[in-house]
Amino acid sequence: MLELQGVTAGYGEFTALWDVTLTVNAGEAVAVVGPNGAGKTTLMRVISGLVPIRTGDLRLDGRSFAGRRAHEIVAHGIAHVPEGRRIFPRLTVEENLKMGGFLPASRRHYAETVGRVYDLFPVLAERRRQRAGTLSGGEQQMLAIGRALMSKPKLILLDEPSLGLAPVMVLRLFELIRRVRQEGYTILIVEQNVRQVLSLVDRAYLLEVGRIKVEGRSADLAEQDFVRKAYVGI
Amino acid sequence: MEPILIAEAAINGILLGGVLALLALGLNLIFGVVDIIWIAYVELVMLGMYAVYWLVTAYAWPLPLAALAAVALVTVLGLLVHLLIIAPILSSPPVNQLLATGGLLFFLQSFATFLWATDHRSLRLALPILEVFGMFLSFARLLAFAVSLLAMLGLYLFLTRTYMGTAIRAVSQDREAMALMGADARKVYLVTSGIGGAMAGLAGALLIIQYSVHPHFGAAFGPLTFMICVLGGLGNMFGAVVASLLMSEVISVGGIITSTEMAYVVAFVIFIVAIFVRPEGILGKRE
Amino acid sequence: MKRPLAILGLALLAVFPWLPLGPARLYILHVAILILIWGIVGTAWSLMGRFGLVSLGHGAFLGVGAYTTTLLWNFWGISPWLTTPLAVGAAVLLALVLGYPCFRFRVVGHYFALVTLALGEVIRLLIIAERDWTGGSLGLTLKDAGAFNPWAIQFADKRIFYLIALGVWLVGLWVWWRVDRSMTRSALEAIGEDETAAASIGIPVTRFKLRITLLSAGLTAVGGVLYAQYLTYLNPGVLAGIGVSLQIVFAVVLGGMYTLLGPTVGTALTIALSEYLRVAFGVKLLGMADTIYGLVLILIIIFLPAGLYGGLKELVLRRAAPARVVRAPSG
Repeated sequence: MLELQGVTAGYGEFTALWDVTLTVNAGEAVAVVGPNGAGKTTLMRVISGLVPIRTGDLRLDGRSFAGRRAHEIVAHGIAHVPEGRRIFPRLTVEENLKMGGFLPASRRHYAETVGRVYDLFPVLAERRRQRAGTLSGGEQQMLAIGRALMSKPKLILLDEPSLGLAPVMVLRLFELIRRVRQEGYTILIVEQNVRQVLSLVDRAYLLEVGRIKVEGRSADLAEQDFVRKAYVGI
Repeated sequence: MEPILIAEAAINGILLGGVLALLALGLNLIFGVVDIIWIAYVELVMLGMYAVYWLVTAYAWPLPLAALAAVALVTVLGLLVHLLIIAPILSSPPVNQLLATGGLLFFLQSFATFLWATDHRSLRLALPILEVFGMFLSFARLLAFAVSLLAMLGLYLFLTRTYMGTAIRAVSQDREAMALMGADARKVYLVTSGIGGAMAGLAGALLIIQYSVHPHFGAAFGPLTFMICVLGGLGNMFGAVVASLLMSEVISVGGIITSTEMAYVVAFVIFIVAIFVRPEGILGKRE
Repeated sequence: MKRPLAILGLALLAVFPWLPLGPARLYILHVAILILIWGIVGTAWSLMGRFGLVSLGHGAFLGVGAYTTTLLWNFWGISPWLTTPLAVGAAVLLALVLGYPCFRFRVVGHYFALVTLALGEVIRLLIIAERDWTGGSLGLTLKDAGAFNPWAIQFADKRIFYLIALGVWLVGLWVWWRVDRSMTRSALEAIGEDETAAASIGIPVTRFKLRITLLSAGLTAVGGVLYAQYLTYLNPGVLAGIGVSLQIVFAVVLGGMYTLLGPTVGTALTIALSEYLRVAFGVKLLGMADTIYGLVLILIIIFLPAGLYGGLKELVLRRAAPARVVRAPSG
């Protein structure tokens, strides 16, 4: 479904990703873990077209999308839940969801998809007329995920969904992501919460200073000593 | 000063506020979405006024038709301004953006001077003056106010009930997130600039029935419009309307108590102080 | 270093009025004086501009300077030698009243531009409103004090004005150079781009910005005084408000605000352009000169966004280093 082949990318003079190769197959959940500043967010932004690729290729369903702009990539079935949620604070919850289904293809199914999102996150249904900026951090994260689901994406990119949430809320959030996963969505997730996320995904990549260091099944990766020491914190 | 005159000025202030609100809303949308201040915005209004003036006086078009033509013309101008001037400098430093639209201001003012000289031109419509409780109110102003309200209602419905309208508001809150929703920023910018143009054209049509037009029409009105736009708070439609009414009251009532210039001075000082005290606009919430 | 070249240039500038300039001598001298005066103002503007403080209100300081000395001379006959400090003080005070809250409340970017624009308009409108003693929009003429009157700073001989303007211009350059020297390169950039970062490396941002603004306003006021003394006619449309403010900014951006001579070079070019257009079209085609001026302005901003100097530098650099060096990963 998604393939990155030898991708190098960065901002201005600064190179954040070096020769990154990564694949996500349909139906899979894949995590990218690594310390702060490893380039995880840049990786997500490269996939959704917010950061241009310098060398290498980005392929979706076998077609190259290198050099395309974000809205074109998104139209091909990628939904990016950005770091820091990035909901529209002065739009209502419902308007936020409507924007999630902005693509003409999604507009036709609006009633159906919004119903499913409300089923998944009942609290959003309760607050549908409220301004999104007035929601709590956890609710905002739910809204951001619900907004991403509105386009019925083939692949969801989740960038640090647990960032800034209280520990209780983090547990609930992972439970919700697990449910989204059970609905059959393909997920690529970036997380600092390595232990939690490894229990959620099939495979994981370890990114360090812009390079993929290790790749493997999540269970195997969790066993590896240095991953545990460095990132799980035991 | 007779109280009746002040009451009359206050009502005229409200009526003028309606038209100013159109401009504040148009500029507010562009500033909020494209993040550029069109220094030459009121020069587009001036062109709209000239369009109506010439269509009515030289070609004997009926006023409503001429007004529609002016709206269409200035809408197209708004699109052209975006495509030809703004789009190439979207990632330039702010000072360059100000200068480019500032250059447009020189260009439009001088070109109007070149084409039509500096004469003040007015339609001299024979519209009735209404007498209400001893106050004299111009029918033209009432008409302009009513049309402004209708246009604002239309804009409100567009911005809240349609996908594109909601996307415009969303872009002004988080441009990148809206790209992730699959919206092409270029298209959103273009639609916004078109709406900005339409508002300027309509305001021009409504102003020419009350005032005379000349190439430097924007000299006082232009800065006033920027101030109102910021005073209302970005992305806050209701704030833009309230700020327009406030400023037009200051101009209108202040104008008859002192002089027009002093009234503008007071308005601008209010603006400066307001920016310090409430940078998010008079009705905005603190972050 | 470049010292001999600079001395030679200075000497040339100093003796310039006495060179055989041909039949258009007076006109050339006139344009040279204008370039120096507006060069002072442009240099003053760039003091702020290079830190991201885009002022659209420098007309205010110019107007305050020019009107203060002229009014005091016309009404009470007080010499501009005595009133220039007063004029500078008034402009500095105005800058303080506006600048302190601006920097305190972090009014930046477009908002700073709009606040300063409002200030420029306030001064322009006040001059018009107080028409009983300022002459309003019709303007004001400096009372004549004879063909050679050092006490009134009025001279019929343009060469004297040229030397005065040259002197003040050099002072302006010296101020610019001192400011440039007083900061390290990285600190300069930090303030322009990221206030929080600048504050975190120990730069007192508010105080620094305020100092720059006061300096800039004071120097601009001196430019205003010179303008009034030289042209002996003031008009709120020319000396305050948005039009003149935009022209100052345009000149600086054209010439480049990050080099010592950039603002002056930009000023020379814009004055040359507008003088050329004025002569070419005269009064026959009213408005045509400014129409083209506006058009050229737009085109330059679109096609030469870094100004002439920046554009040239980029061209040279691109020739010299065609391949971009990719930095190795760090940390």
